[in-house]
Formats: sequence, structure tokens, C-alpha cells
Amino acid sequence: MSDPSTASIVSTPAAQPTDASTPATPGPQSSEKPRGLLGDAWRDLRRKPLFWISATFIVIFLLMAAFPTLFAPGDAVNGTLERSLVKPGADGWFGYDLQGRDVYARVIYGARASIVVAVLSVIGTLLVGGTMGIIAGYRGGWVDGLLSRIADVFFGLPFVLGAIVILTTFNGSGTSNSKADIMGLVTISLIVLSWPVVMRLMRSSVLATKEADYIVAARALGAGHGRIILKHLLPNCLAPLLVYGTIMVGSFIGAEATLSFLGVGLKSPVVSWGIMISDGQQFVRVAPGLVFFPAAFLVTAVLSFVMLGEAVREALDPKLR
Amino acid sequence: MGRYLLRRLLQLVPVFIGTTFLIYALVWAVPGDPFAGKCGERRCPDQYIAFMTEKYHLDQNVFVQYASYMKNLLQGDFGQTFSQREISDIILTSYPNTLKLALVALAIEAVIGLGAGVLTGLRRNGFLDNLVLVSTLFLIALPVFVVGFLLQWLLGVQWGIIKPTVSSEMRLSELIVPGFVLGSASVAYIARVARTSIAENRRADYVRTAIAKGLPMRRVVGVHLLRNSLIPVVTLLGTDLGALMGGAIVTEGIFGINGIGRQVFRAIVTKESATVVGIVVVLVLVYLVMNLLVDLLYAALDPRIRYE
Amino acid sequence: MSDILVSEQSAPGPGGSGRPAGRLLEVDDLRVEFRTRDGVAKVINGVTYHVDAGETLAVLGESGSGKSVTAQTIMGILDTPPGFVTGGQIRFHGKDMLRMSSEERRRIRGEGIAMIFQDALSALNPVFTVGFQIAEQFRVRRGLGRAEAKKRAIEMLDQVKIPNAKGRFNNYPHQFSGGMRQRAMIAMSLALDPEVLIADEPTTALDVTVQAQIMDLLAELQRERQMGMILITHDLGVVADVADRIAVMYAGRIVEEADVYDLYAKPAHPYTMGLIDSIPRLDEKGQQLRTIKGLPPNLMNIPPGCPFNPRCPMAQPVCREKVPPLLQVGTARASACHFAEELVNRD
Repeated sequence: MSDPSTASIVSTPAAQPTDASTPATPGPQSSEKPRGLLGDAWRDLRRKPLFWISATFIVIFLLMAAFPTLFAPGDAVNGTLERSLVKPGADGWFGYDLQGRDVYARVIYGARASIVVAVLSVIGTLLVGGTMGIIAGYRGGWVDGLLSRIADVFFGLPFVLGAIVILTTFNGSGTSNSKADIMGLVTISLIVLSWPVVMRLMRSSVLATKEADYIVAARALGAGHGRIILKHLLPNCLAPLLVYGTIMVGSFIGAEATLSFLGVGLKSPVVSWGIMISDGQQFVRVAPGLVFFPAAFLVTAVLSFVMLGEAVREALDPKLR
Repeated sequence: MGRYLLRRLLQLVPVFIGTTFLIYALVWAVPGDPFAGKCGERRCPDQYIAFMTEKYHLDQNVFVQYASYMKNLLQGDFGQTFSQREISDIILTSYPNTLKLALVALAIEAVIGLGAGVLTGLRRNGFLDNLVLVSTLFLIALPVFVVGFLLQWLLGVQWGIIKPTVSSEMRLSELIVPGFVLGSASVAYIARVARTSIAENRRADYVRTAIAKGLPMRRVVGVHLLRNSLIPVVTLLGTDLGALMGGAIVTEGIFGINGIGRQVFRAIVTKESATVVGIVVVLVLVYLVMNLLVDLLYAALDPRIRYE
Repeated sequence: MSDILVSEQSAPGPGGSGRPAGRLLEVDDLRVEFRTRDGVAKVINGVTYHVDAGETLAVLGESGSGKSVTAQTIMGILDTPPGFVTGGQIRFHGKDMLRMSSEERRRIRGEGIAMIFQDALSALNPVFTVGFQIAEQFRVRRGLGRAEAKKRAIEMLDQVKIPNAKGRFNNYPHQFSGGMRQRAMIAMSLALDPEVLIADEPTTALDVTVQAQIMDLLAELQRERQMGMILITHDLGVVADVADRIAVMYAGRIVEEADVYDLYAKPAHPYTMGLIDSIPRLDEKGQQLRTIKGLPPNLMNIPPGCPFNPRCPMAQPVCREKVPPLLQVGTARASACHFAEELVNRD
């Protein structure tokens, strides 16, 4: 999700950078104008090594999630006890865990659960929060008041605490523990606890543009609500939303790992970085690799998404340049 | 001002009720036997079930339950745990520890975050600026449990600089590392907000005026620039104090601090429903009140904002 | 009025250049450029003017002509980067300010040269009271105590005719009206009794009726205190009543300098003529307003020769080749036009 979204910002055909000398305009600033925001942003992005580094990592992680066999031919789930806690070597690059499972294979396969949960949660959060935000901002009045108060209610819950309560309630003993169920539950709890942030973002963004002259003009020309929202409001509010979404993929990967680490998120047989760190921490003295490798992948993935989001945000915000 | 305060307080009430009700419903009103798994491996004794059913009106619908729970709560009765311990007692013993940890974290945020933000805001694009930008990126991106675990392992286990866990006396020196872990993400946010704020205001007309008045640079920066740039930082710090106290579950767990976060986590795992609700009520209340205070603080800091 | 400084458009030697040292403030062949990502903009290209005690020099020009940048450079509040001084001198009592230590320069600000900004709302610090910002100068620069500084600040507010000065001492800038705010700004800049006052478009942000009041106040204060005043404006109408001399700027150069009367009666530069012609006149009601055709040059790419030549109705081949220096024409006036003599001597 994050990849197409940022790509849409980024791959918009950059308006041809007009040469500074061609227009006979006064002052140094005005020569930049004709390029437009997106073209400018892209021109800015292209020069940033951080953007290319993070984008490369994200592509690798996405490939890892989609086709883990490309990277690791080994078996991530089954191990042989003979190889329990074997140190990293030529055979198993990252060593083996207590059950003799190949840590390298597990780290690769762990990308899928972490990224799928994070991306699905972000899509859900953007959809729910975005819709609520548009409705609240556009309708205003009591609708706004009601939706804002509801958002406040969810906002008042500390994130980790709320997630733990939701997950233990629905993920307790007795409920079925299929892979999809657990992942769905974690996804839903992340959405439930995060949508108010997106709603506030969207709401203020809509409020800011709602009274803009061109929207008032569109309304005066008889454009319907649906058309105004789709054609005028949404495109304007989309950029900050997508930037935030990209950063959120990173922080959701971290949140999922935190919950798994606490033992309330994803559970075996799902393979995820959080579970691996949680399982490995008791052996950290004998086999630090059990914690180090999944933690390194986790950190790299989170950083890549956050960095990409930051880079795009900086490129989009002329003030930061 | 008085009317604004009243309106804000009235707005708080539905949010407070909504949040606590949400938790209450999640904990108590899930379909199925509310006592499943609440008494360890065995089934709960009938006597306990009868007592709890009576005390929390479990035979009624969730709204009645919640109402009577709130009624008790307003009279200061948080209820008892399964082992007949007063929940208010648990909160009273563990809350000060969390508060202490949160205040240490806040102090670290203010000193490191603000310091780094001001320095880099004044000199952008230097070596220090890039260093701070990269390190704040790391602090924002790293999940708290990774930072905590890493620091505990490195400083505590490998190098032996600190004790891996905090003793029950909660000495200040022991709390510095846990406090940094708890505030790690916020340190980064504070630094960035301060940096942006300083960098934006540095070119402001009034800063130019202050220079044109012939004031020494120290005063231009320390009085005119800083006072304006502090507004978003201080409000961020205030909101954070409310959030820190609810977010201490991971940090308290890693460093073995007997705080509210650890209590609530234990209560959730052992299904002490009444304890969970009691603690969450306190946390939510603190959070909401802190947010209100921040709003008022904002008005005090920026004279242009007046609440009618 | 005194004679006019004539620039040979040459880089000055390090020790100054044997001119009379009696001048209060002299800008001599000042050059400033803005280095941006897209190139170097030559914003000031050899500006020379001076102001003496008790006289008012108006600096006139379109936005982008460099009149404000010159003032900022004098005050030492040029944003660096992007702005860099690349040549010239700014002499205060004959001493080059550009070679002073930053501490020496700081002492001149406020006491020697003070400045009034265009938009008092953004130029005053929004989180401090107006009284604090005036009293601050007495406390920091004069070392006065809190009570004494407050007394002096209220006196200043009184002098600029702010009613109920005592009561308004504790008001914040946003609680003042536009005109009152500009008065407070004036009070602040005059607090340390400066010898030179630079007023950078002091009335642009104000209503027309208030504009006149502020200009009257400024003129009155300037007379009373016998200050030298540099009045920066793009409004020819404002200038006539207040100024003694006028310097017209175009593309970072002074193109004409003259006494007010001479300049209005007989402009010696086609640009000045254009400016005067474009003032709406009652006796020509119904006719189309005359304007100067074309746009000011791109400062990153100033055309060779006279920078005004692409817009000049009188342009000749020489104008596209040679930059006309600012030369004396007749008595007490100067023009940077190849045909200045003809312009002055026409009927």
C-alpha cells in the first residue's frame, strides 16, 4: 500500500523544470513557480539519498513479504532439535533457535506477518479516520461535535493499554487461534485505537480548505456535495494523509512487535519479528543473535518507512526546504 | 475564561464516561462466562461468583452495571480484587512510582529535547543538526521495548554501569535510564518541534526588530526568540505527561518497576477485571485533566489566544 | 541643501576615500547579492547616498529595487545567507560600519541609527506587552531600574500621542489598532534618541487617513529632534510634503537624486519621468492611467548597459552598451542617464 501511495505522489510527471533564465520575471523566487508543487517535490526528492535508501529497503521488504522463498530456501516453521541454539555459520547464516529452526529463514518469513498486519491496519485506519474526518469537517455542526467526541473517547485510551485489553478480551483462551484470526484481531485493534489521529488530521485539513475561494466558487456553480468532496477537497487533503500513512506503516510494524513482545499480539504458529524477540530474550546471554537479527530487521523496516514518509513530507512542505 | 473552563469541563464528562464505559464493556460484558479463567486454572468458587454478581450487578445489563460501578467509584470505592485486596490500595501504592518515573522522563525530555532543538534550530544544516536529525529519527522509529531492552542489556548486563532493574526504593539515579527509555520517542519529538519552531521564528520580523534595537544576541535569542518558540514545546510536554503515565507498561515491565502500568498489565493477564477498570479510570482522568491544563497553559503563554 | 555625492562606480579603497568626514551617515558604492539555489541575484549594485542631521532623504523605488535591502544592510539585519555584502562602505560619523566589530555595530543600533518597520504587527513581539518592549531598551541599554524604565517608556508613548499611555503600557501589540501600533513602533525606535531614523515604508500597512497622521508625526518628531531621516517608500505622494531630497532607485542602483522641487519640476531620468507620469491626476480624469511599460529586470540576469533600457522610451544604441554612471547634472542634482543633460535642459 505504501509503495503505490508514495509512488502516486512521486511519479506524477514532473513538469519540465523551466530554465531560470527564460522568464523575464523579477526576483529570484518567481522563476520556480511554474513547476507546481508535485514537480518541485519530486525534483527535491530525487536528490535525497535518504529517499533512495529507504525506498530500496522498502522494495526489498515488500519482496520479502510477497516471495519469501526468493530469499530463504530454508524452513521457517519446523526445526530439528539437534541444531538447537547452533551459532551462526556457513550453514545457517543467523544460527538456529531453541527448537533448531533456521533464524535466517524465520527472519525472512517474519517480514510477511509484520508488513501485512501493518499495511492492512494503515489502510483501515486511513479509510475509517479519513471518512470520519471528511464527514466531520464537511458537515460541521452537531455531526462534527458528535464524531469529535467519539474520537476523543478512543483517543483517551492509552494505546498499548487499549490494545492489550482488546486483544486479551478477544484473543483469550477458548477462542479459535487460526493464523488469519490472530492477524485480523491485531489489525482491528490497531485500527480501533488509531483512527482518531487520522480523523483529526483530515478534519482540520478539510476545515482549512472548505472555505477556500475555489471551493466556494465550485459550490456557487452548483457542484454537489459528492463532487466537491471527491474533486476538490480530497485531492487537497490527500498529500498529508499519504505521508502520514507511510510513516504509520513504520510505527505499526513497531506496535505489532510490541504487542507480540508482550505476549498479547501475534502468536505461534505465525512467524513475526516481535515473537522472535520475545522468544529469544531469555537466551540473550547464550545466543544474542536470536534477539539481534529480528530486532535489526524490525528496526530497519520501521526506519525505512518512517524515513520515506519524512523525506516525502519535507519535499512537499516548501517551508522546510 | 471562567465560562470557557466550564464548557471544557462539561465537554470532558461525556468523553470520560465514553472511555471508561468502553473499557468496562470490554472487560466485563464480553459474551460468555465472565468468570472464565478469572480464578486461575480452576473454576471460580460459587461463593465468589455470587459475591461478585451481587456487587457488580452482573445479572443486569451492562449499562446498569456500569452505572452502579460508577456510583461506587464516585464514593471512592474502587472494589476489591479476587484476593480481597482493596483496589484503591493497589493504585495508591503503585501510582507514585509511575508518577516519579514519568516526571524523570519529562525532565529528560525537556533538557535533552529542548537543548538539542534550540541548538540545531539556530544552526541548521551543520554537523550537529544532521546528527540530531538522524538520532531523533532512530528514537522515533525504534519501539520502546527495543530501546529499553537494548539499553538494559548493554548498560546493565554487558557493561554493568547500571543495575538492570530498579529497586523498590526508586532512587533517582536508578530512574534515569528507564526515564530516558520511557521518554525516548518524546525526546525526539520535542527536539524536532523545538528545532522547527526556532528555525521558523528565527527569521521572524520581531527578531529582526529586537536586533535592530541593539539588544545583545544573548537577549535576542534567550528572551525574544525562545519565549515565542517555547509555546508549542511546552504544550507538547504537558500533553506528554498525561500520555506517559498510561504508556509506561512496557518500560515498567522491562525494568521491573512496581508502577501502575505493571499492575494493570498483571491485572489484564490474570483477568482481574475490577482492577483493570479501576486503573484505567484513573489513567483516563489524569490524561483528560492534563489536556485541559495544557489548553489553559497555552492561553497563558500566548496572549493572542483568549477564551471568551 | 548641500552638493551631491557623485559616484564613479569604482570599488572604494580600504581606508575610505578622502571625502569630507562631516557626514552623519554615508552609503558608498554598496553592493549586495543574494545567493540562492537558483543563482546569484545582484540586488544592490553600487548604491551611494547620504543623510545629514536634520534632513530627510526619501528613497523611492518599486518593490525589488533594493531600497529595503539597503536599509537592512545599514542596520546589519540582512539575512545572511542568502544576502552577502560584496563591496562598498557604510560610514557613520565617517567610520565604516562594515569593518566594525559586531559589538561596535550593536551599540550603534538603536542609539545611533534606529529603524521603523513596515508592518508593526509582525515587527513587535506578540508575546510581550508594548510597554515591556519599549522599557526593555532603557533597562538593557541604559541600565535603568524597572520603575524608572517604565516611567520613561510611558513618556515615549506620550510623545507619539498615544492616548492614555499609562493604561496602554500593559497592552499587547494585537490589542492596538494599526495606527496606534505604528505609533508604538515609532516610540520604540526613538527611545534611545537616535541620530538617524530609517523608516521603511512606515505607512504602507495603514489606512489612508491614518497614513497622513503617521507621516505628520514622523515629520514633527524629525524636526524636533533634528534627526537625519531616511524615508523608504514607493509612494511619490507621501514624499513631497516630508522629504528634503529624493533618491530614486532602480534595479539596485540610484538612478536619480535631487531636491524635491527639482525632481518634480524636471526629472532628469526617464524612469523618474515615468513614475511622475503614472501618478493619477485630477485634471486628466477619464483618461487611461499612464504606466511604465514592461517589468523590472530579473536581478539574476540584468541586461547589459543601462538596466532601464528595455523599458525606456528614449533608449538609444549606447544605452544597450554602456552603464551610465551617476553624474552631476546642473547644480545639486545627479542622474544616471546618458541623456541627463538634454532632459534637464529641455523646456
